Amino acid sequence: MLTELPTTRGASLQFRDPARARALLAAIERLTADRAGGAPLSIMHVCGSHEQAIARFGLRAVLPPTLQVIMGPGCPVCVTDAPEVDEAVALAEAGLRVASYGDMLRVPGSGRSLDDARADGARVEVVYGVAEALTAAQAAPDEPLVFFASGFETTAVATAAVLLRKPPPNFLVLSAHKYIPPVMEIVAEMPHTRVEGFLAAGHAAAITGYGVFEPFVARHRIPVVVGGFEPLDLLAGFAKLAELARDGEARVVNAFPRLVSRDGNRRAQQQLWRVFEPVGGQWRGIARVPNGNLRLRPEFAGHDARRRFAALLAAAPPARLAPRSDECRCGDILSGSASPRDCALFGAPCTPAQPVGACMVSSEGTCRIWHEYGGIPRLEIHEAPS
Amino acid sequence: MSGVGDKIALRHGAGGPAMRQLVETLFAGAAPAGPDVVGLDALDDGAALRVGDRWLVFTTDSHVVTPPFFAGGDIGRLAICGTVNDLAMMGAVVPLGLSLAMVLEEGFALADLERIRDSITAACREAGTRILTGDTKVMGRGEIDGVVLNTTGLGFADRLVRDDGLRAGDVILVTGTIGDHGLAVLAQRHGLDVGAALRSDVSPLNGLVAAALAAGGAGIVAMKDPTRGGVASALTEMAHKAGVGVVLEEAALPVRPAVRAASELLGIDPLLVANEGKALLGVRAVDEKAVLEALHTHPLGRDACRIGRCVAEPARRVVLDTGFGRRLVLEPDGELLPRIC
Amino acid sequence: MCLGVPGQIVGVDGDVAQVDFWGVRRAVRLDVVDEPVAPGDWVLNHVGFAIHRIPPEEVAATLALYDEILRAAEDDAMRADLCDEIEASSRKPDAD
Repeated sequence: MLTELPTTRGASLQFRDPARARALLAAIERLTADRAGGAPLSIMHVCGSHEQAIARFGLRAVLPPTLQVIMGPGCPVCVTDAPEVDEAVALAEAGLRVASYGDMLRVPGSGRSLDDARADGARVEVVYGVAEALTAAQAAPDEPLVFFASGFETTAVATAAVLLRKPPPNFLVLSAHKYIPPVMEIVAEMPHTRVEGFLAAGHAAAITGYGVFEPFVARHRIPVVVGGFEPLDLLAGFAKLAELARDGEARVVNAFPRLVSRDGNRRAQQQLWRVFEPVGGQWRGIARVPNGNLRLRPEFAGHDARRRFAALLAAAPPARLAPRSDECRCGDILSGSASPRDCALFGAPCTPAQPVGACMVSSEGTCRIWHEYGGIPRLEIHEAPS
Repeated sequence: MSGVGDKIALRHGAGGPAMRQLVETLFAGAAPAGPDVVGLDALDDGAALRVGDRWLVFTTDSHVVTPPFFAGGDIGRLAICGTVNDLAMMGAVVPLGLSLAMVLEEGFALADLERIRDSITAACREAGTRILTGDTKVMGRGEIDGVVLNTTGLGFADRLVRDDGLRAGDVILVTGTIGDHGLAVLAQRHGLDVGAALRSDVSPLNGLVAAALAAGGAGIVAMKDPTRGGVASALTEMAHKAGVGVVLEEAALPVRPAVRAASELLGIDPLLVANEGKALLGVRAVDEKAVLEALHTHPLGRDACRIGRCVAEPARRVVLDTGFGRRLVLEPDGELLPRIC
Repeated sequence: MCLGVPGQIVGVDGDVAQVDFWGVRRAVRLDVVDEPVAPGDWVLNHVGFAIHRIPPEEVAATLALYDEILRAAEDDAMRADLCDEIEASSRKPDAD
């Protein structure tokens, strides 16, 4: 989440300079003050780490009401669809070793999560990264180890690198990897969308390069700013988007030059596309996204858990949708045309413990935040009883 | 058992809301214990019985940790300090004695058990207490993970300090850096080489607390050790019980650079992880200076500082002022897991 | 998305670097990093892989960019106030 600065500890504090932050907040306020019609400016970020940083530094409590920052489908864990989780749970319950990232454990499938399976005795292991999963597979070469791989292109690159290094045959990947650029198209095309600018994910763009957004901007006439994760990075990103929106300028601005270039990391891209191919797939609570999922190419079939255990997965009880999931308004909330209180499911039956849509899964999802804070967090402090 | 589920999950032992809900559901109807007893219904660090003009405090704690030996300590030291500290948090700074129950897995190495025994002996010496009685059980291989220790302790308090005494205007002090134990253990579990930079803080706090109580007297109105669930969980509980809000200043939080680095790498907030040698003190503002001076004279209290204050609103909430904005500090519910996003 | 943490390389052995993150070290794989790296270089780590070598000079460039955003956004009077405030605060000794 955090990108401290790579020079000295002193320098890292430059991106946490409260005086610059106040100046940027004042700038945002001015740039959004005179909006026609009085509606707030809606901008969307598509990055779980942006939301984490916004939440961690408490920025929502100080942003002016004229700016609405919407959390888009940027959290790969949240948008992992229930049937994908069901596959991992089915493999774990069949007695296979399953390893995954820590934040995948509590994501519910249609009925159960990997954490539930673990409580019932399934062998579910938490790993820091794919290399740790590989080590676990190498340590016990006689039995399969399934790595339930989630994450966007940034994380998929790591999975790809391991698969290109000829891992042992017992190392298998169940890919829930997803690719960000196509879902931005979906959100931009949602009817009634009020999003007037996108803050794109700096770390994903370190791989893809900011050039990947140029066709998107040309098509949708909407500005994209690539931004980082320190408080000043975020505020500068918001300010730049407010300026572009005010001036009606649709272009890509790279506000994160210390990590992002136009072309990105070509070496990583080559490895990514040698191993994965994009296919259409459902994103939880959002839509079916053409080219939004990353599937292992046929050359890697030997490591593809979906192919190796096809019979086992086919025999698993059919995935059922969460009750009333057709009423989920996650898509409208993401497009800025609805708030959580417009959703009939909000609070019951959709809760952090039993989420229906992506917005309630993430600890920083819009619905989750509203659930915790009872609305937009302002957190006014009163020192003494009134 | 509505809300708890039909099976025990790991989160029911994580010290957060799920655990409280389980205990409250299982033991609902535990009658208020009466004026001369602090009992289970109080859900404090331990229990207390009035004996003459003093209070007899007793507390029990079972200890499991993976790995059993970690940078800065082991399960033996943890078992002694955990119970000594729970006594101290209620004002019983002279532990009369402890019991020690061991449950061991078949095949556990005797050499490891001797190491644990040695560290138990050393920790008892530091805390000025002894093991007075004990129990040993062995379970079959695979029926238990290595070793589980339970300790129970007894001590007298001249003045009982509870965890519900905060009111608006009080200040919150911490006796030293936060997050050291939890991140040392998590870092080791996830293959980070922390060298000498990151070590558990597991220590007996009774001497330090005695110094603070001598200086602050009745001005120390609430104490709690931020173990499982960390500072977030301990302060949430204190705020809830007292009906006040707590505002923490992020810039004031003492966090070692190595703890900060491990927390960034694993995506785990130092406010949420266990400390095993730190106390949170709620102090009347007029007594802050005297208590801090007393803490600073003790080797375990050199980094003691004020981290926040109690306010009227938002009641029962812990708010972090980040210097850029404000956010709620929510207690963790369940095992802390590294994030990718 | 994607927790990314910068660290400084202290040693390289084939495709694996030992990377220091403010006193905490871990092995980081170099399979996908965009440029050759050497001890002393800074890299961005994501789930145990270096995904980018960070050129130190870009840090100053980013800060300059933010000041430019501020300039574009503010009218002169207000900017003068804010610049004064920034300068005043940057003269204070570094508390760290």
